[in-house]
Amino acid sequence: MAQSLERQKAKPHLAEEWVGKVYTLLCIAFLIGTIVSIVYFVASKGLSTFFVNHVNVLDLLTGLKWAPEGEPAVFGALPFIFGSFSTSLLAAAIAAPLGFCAAVFMVEIAPKFGRRYLQPVIELLAGIPSVVYGFVGLSVIVPFFRNVFPGQGIGIAAGALVLSIMILPTITTIATDALAALPKGLKEGSFALGATRWQTIYRIVLPTTLPALMTGIVLGIARAFGEALAVQMVIGNAPHIPSSLFESASTLTSAITLSMGNTAMGSLANNALWSLALILMLMTFVFVFIVRFLEGRSKL
Amino acid sequence: MKKTVMLLMVLTLTVALAACGQKNNDGGNNGGSELSGSFLATGSSALQPLVDQVSKKFMDSNKKVSIQVQAGGSGTGLTQVSEGQSDIGNSDVFAEEKLDADKAAALVDHQVAVVGMSAVVNKEVAVDNLTKQQLVDIFTGKVTNWKEVGGNDQSIQIINRPSSSGTRATFEKYALGQKSEDLKGSIQEDSSGTVKKLVGETPGAIGYLALSYLDDSVKAVKYEGVDANVENVANGTYPVWAYEHMYTKGEPTAAVKAFLEYMLSDEVQNGDVVELGYIPASKMEVKRDVSGNITK
Repeated sequence: MAQSLERQKAKPHLAEEWVGKVYTLLCIAFLIGTIVSIVYFVASKGLSTFFVNHVNVLDLLTGLKWAPEGEPAVFGALPFIFGSFSTSLLAAAIAAPLGFCAAVFMVEIAPKFGRRYLQPVIELLAGIPSVVYGFVGLSVIVPFFRNVFPGQGIGIAAGALVLSIMILPTITTIATDALAALPKGLKEGSFALGATRWQTIYRIVLPTTLPALMTGIVLGIARAFGEALAVQMVIGNAPHIPSSLFESASTLTSAITLSMGNTAMGSLANNALWSLALILMLMTFVFVFIVRFLEGRSKL
Repeated sequence: MKKTVMLLMVLTLTVALAACGQKNNDGGNNGGSELSGSFLATGSSALQPLVDQVSKKFMDSNKKVSIQVQAGGSGTGLTQVSEGQSDIGNSDVFAEEKLDADKAAALVDHQVAVVGMSAVVNKEVAVDNLTKQQLVDIFTGKVTNWKEVGGNDQSIQIINRPSSSGTRATFEKYALGQKSEDLKGSIQEDSSGTVKKLVGETPGAIGYLALSYLDDSVKAVKYEGVDANVENVANGTYPVWAYEHMYTKGEPTAAVKAFLEYMLSDEVQNGDVVELGYIPASKMEVKRDVSGNITK
């Protein structure tokens, strides 16, 4: 009697287990399917520039001239690659010190005020649409640069400054989490040896959390690399390598967004834009690998 | 118990969805009594405001018709209508200029309006008139200072459109008569609003805008001594203009056909078209074919 009752009770659990398992597997299969098809779609479109239209890969990667409507059409993407790297690296160089200092302040110096007021404000930055950043950049940063520096204010400097504010939340949040996760014993040991707070932060806290901080920077660069609209509005989009930070330049994303809608699907000009998208995707993979590598090196 | 409720819900949903499908499918086969169906118009962002506004009016008077209007660029519009993904493809340029000849031949052109374009300069620039040759020199980088074309001693800042843009193609074809290059230091922006803002704020800037975008923040310059205005475009003395096309593939359904007819009716042509700054196709005294030949 008791045994059969137990068996009856066990059955719904088995069913639940099964339903849960199937549901999870379905979701995973859907996710993998989506990722594979996106990669396949971008790769097949991007590679047809080389296989169908017979554009030389090296010419595309190292060419300095981009003239898709020219006679003959020339596809040199180096100015875009240069623009993407320079804006996102410069943005990270501006945002990283700010983000680290904000994180140190929030965790080590004034946790109460910092975590309650500063963190929500910084996280708020992540929720602002990029077109707003672009418009603020166009209305405030560009005229300011135009008045202060030689040139039209438009260019890599304006793009990097807009991007640095956009990636600040990423870097700050990851740095804050890393600092907060530091074992108490490390700091207490340092204080016990007579180190001051600043010495502890500088000699113990920052070096120990360095891999996590680097992860934050790389994720920030990845975000900056893929951002399109805000940069497009302030960078000028001339397909040339600029000779100053305040001269019109272009990025991979802005080249794609400017022309994608105006070219017919399947045409050479359209395929070349997909090749730029392929370069972007491959770069994102590289960034993910770097992040994985850094996580593996974590000292905690 | 739970299962029964679930089953009921699924059943209801299926029936509801099937009903929806039915509604969409019998698109406009009612033979004139009452139009129904839904269709999609995509493409040119320059034409979108007009199509948007007219489609709302059309849906108000035809309750069973639903029209979706999406921007996305002339290339997208032409590709999608050619591949059957949308019912109407809006474009600033002739289909022959973007698609292969055989694909373009399958499309039916409806020219619903005309857009005039003018070169615009920053208000501080002391130039009122530019000849074709002067414009060519500026946009090919031969002339880089305003004093060389009769203005003050100030360097010229070009605010261009991306090389794939329909607006740029029109400007190059009818104002310059040749392709222009993306010069080093020039600026490319995709939206007319941004172009206007940059021309208005950048010292020594020159760009070009559709007549509907002109206002006090920028200065329109004459082309070969001719003012850029509606009359001069309509009577053929001002050459920088383009048709706004709405392409359909083959014979359109009744609802699409009625919508296009409404678009070309006097009510819309003399109302919404003028109101939004376009020039009515019916007002044009000259016609132009795909290779740019003008006929009276």
